[in-house]
Amino acid sequence: MENILEYLKAERSQEWRTEIRKSIKAKERMGKTRTNMPEEDPMVRNRSNVEVNSGLTAEQAVLEAQRCIDCPNPTCMTGCPVGINIPKFIKKIETEDFLGAAAVLKDTNGLPAVCGRVCPQEKQCEAQCFYTIKMGKPAVAIGFLERFAADYERDSGKMAVPETAEFNNIKLAVIGSGPAGLAAAGDLAKFGYDVTVFEALHEIGGVLKYGIPEFRLPNEVVDVEIESLRKMGVKFITNFIVGKTASFDDLKKQGFQAFFVGSGAGLPRFMNIPGENYNGIFSSNEYLTRVNLMNAANPEYDTPVISGDLVAVIGGGNTAMDSVRTAKRLGASRSMIIYRRSEEEMPARVEEVIHAKEEGIEFMNLHNPLEYYADENGRVNKMKIQKMELGEPDASGRRRPIAIEGSEFIIDVDTVVVSVGVSPNPLIPASLPDLKVTDWGTIVVDKETMQSSIPDLFAGGDIVRGGATVILAMGDGRKAAAGMHKYIMEKIKAN
Amino acid sequence: MSKIIEKEFFSENVAKIVLDAPEIALSRKPGHFVIIKIDKKGERIPLTIASSNPDKGTVTLVVQKVGVTSAKLLALEVGDEIEDVVGPLGMATHIEKVGTVLCAGGGVGVAPLLPIVEGFKKAGNRVITVLAARNKDLVILEEQMREFSDEVIVMTDDGSSGKKGLVTAGMEEVIQREKVDLSVVIGPAIMMKFAALTTKKYNIKTYASLNTIMVDGTGMCGACRVTVGGKTKFVCVDGPEFDAHQVDFEQMMSRLGAYKDQEVAAYQKYLETEEIAG
Repeated sequence: MENILEYLKAERSQEWRTEIRKSIKAKERMGKTRTNMPEEDPMVRNRSNVEVNSGLTAEQAVLEAQRCIDCPNPTCMTGCPVGINIPKFIKKIETEDFLGAAAVLKDTNGLPAVCGRVCPQEKQCEAQCFYTIKMGKPAVAIGFLERFAADYERDSGKMAVPETAEFNNIKLAVIGSGPAGLAAAGDLAKFGYDVTVFEALHEIGGVLKYGIPEFRLPNEVVDVEIESLRKMGVKFITNFIVGKTASFDDLKKQGFQAFFVGSGAGLPRFMNIPGENYNGIFSSNEYLTRVNLMNAANPEYDTPVISGDLVAVIGGGNTAMDSVRTAKRLGASRSMIIYRRSEEEMPARVEEVIHAKEEGIEFMNLHNPLEYYADENGRVNKMKIQKMELGEPDASGRRRPIAIEGSEFIIDVDTVVVSVGVSPNPLIPASLPDLKVTDWGTIVVDKETMQSSIPDLFAGGDIVRGGATVILAMGDGRKAAAGMHKYIMEKIKAN
Repeated sequence: MSKIIEKEFFSENVAKIVLDAPEIALSRKPGHFVIIKIDKKGERIPLTIASSNPDKGTVTLVVQKVGVTSAKLLALEVGDEIEDVVGPLGMATHIEKVGTVLCAGGGVGVAPLLPIVEGFKKAGNRVITVLAARNKDLVILEEQMREFSDEVIVMTDDGSSGKKGLVTAGMEEVIQREKVDLSVVIGPAIMMKFAALTTKKYNIKTYASLNTIMVDGTGMCGACRVTVGGKTKFVCVDGPEFDAHQVDFEQMMSRLGAYKDQEVAAYQKYLETEEIAG
């Protein structure tokens, strides 16, 4: 920790940084108002796949960067799971060295264009910003600036390929190509390893591709980041399920010396209420996978999707918001969230809730489904819901929802998307009987090195956390990469 | 990418397709299935593996033309490539020595039944196989089944081969005659439903291998969910085989028809474009 503070201090006292800091008085910086993100018109975008946020202009980015007072103690960084040098990249933007800003981001974050779009900044870096904690003012728009720098670099055609250490010919396997796996692969390639990423689906990107919709994270943005990993020497193999297509032992025989498992929280949860298996009721994973990964809404593609007129999405997380906004885009006249707590407890990013409301999404907060009914063809046509009120806080710290007796009523629906969370994917643990897992099926790891009970197997992301965010998964991937590097180096030394 | 090595039509709408898939050929066991996606715009569909040749690195699938994807698949020729093949998926059949095993296959369900019949025979069981089809032309793999069965009973709806009658009649005949310790049934949902009702009468433990709608096939989407013993199960990771007496076949049939309207429309469109192109 001491070292990091020393390093930050040295960085901050560099000449260019001191100069730019002094170019505008702190008071003047603090007098500026936070830049708004330019957005597509809600009533246009809710009928198309166009990205909601269109990104800051260079001018807007520089103005926003000027708000950052370059604190001697950058508390914002404590909120970042991958430890981005936030003041440094922001000051690079202020000096209009946008490529330099992107390089700073890439020092610690392989996917800045993704994180700039999907991170819950208001709970992380921006929650710890000087403006938030000391002045009660809107934080510096760190997320908008991250996105700006990453997009600028991509659009410039001058994408820098991060430097990699000398190729060491040691084969390592990364299982799963979602955010945890991509982050691990990037760092391992930087250390000089021969990295192969195994993906079960036919596309690279995991939840970034099948889960998060185009209007929030265009696939093109993800593909550019993957291309950058390829340039660093990372190999990708699709349609390969480790533990099924080939066993861990098979891969060891092929020379793989250690494994990172980032297989995600692939098992959707249902509520186990009557009628939940009627047609027209989907998990959010299925609904989003059909639309995002399989392009089901495009008539040129073979995969079908039921695009209902009266759509209820159960849940209050980001995936629920993605589903309900997707339903609107597929033509639903009523597209509603049914959530058992109030808006305050919603786990979704604040921006997503605001965007959803702008797009005409109805929110039935403090309501909970009890039962589904179907027509003679087995297609859902009604649901019974119940009103809820909030009681004392529960283990999660959120106020517990309590059913109000006698408040049940019936509403018409023809499509329901259940988005109440996911469980860890059982495929990897099932293929490794010796692997220590929790009662919930998540892999048990050392918190520092991400090493599992099997020494050459490391894990991170939702297979360890059970359902979290892109950035936490990436943080795990990076930690695991460091853990694997240490493990391999010690193994070499011991021989 | 997986190349088609061999293709042979069993009847107008049913063909055997042998694919180059060395890793799957090596690791698959009876009961396993694969998911295939023909091309960039294709859908992912599950197909049970009928057999494999680890030395040649091939797996054999038996495909019936039921919609756009199966029609496109059957239109491919030897040498053509399928963009995506992933597997082996699902839990393998639990094969052990139990005594006498009654295997019943209907339609193309006979194909995935073949490795199970072979497995039980090799494990030292007496295996009696009932093959059912609408008519003589639709009876498949009879010869291969005879190789691993102590007895094969063929049932056709019209009596054009074997005996006239449904699969359940053939099963009853065996059960009335001798002690059956286990039964495995694979075929259309309606056939499995009645086969399960038959064995239930005699309290014979029965497994059914379910072929439901799937997208990823790895537990991620839940499209394949079925109710077994009052609980929701995922066919892709919990199955495909379940206790047939506990499966809610009515619900399964209803769920198989979830996209019927879209499927019919898409198939019509496919046939029209084929006609124009052809």
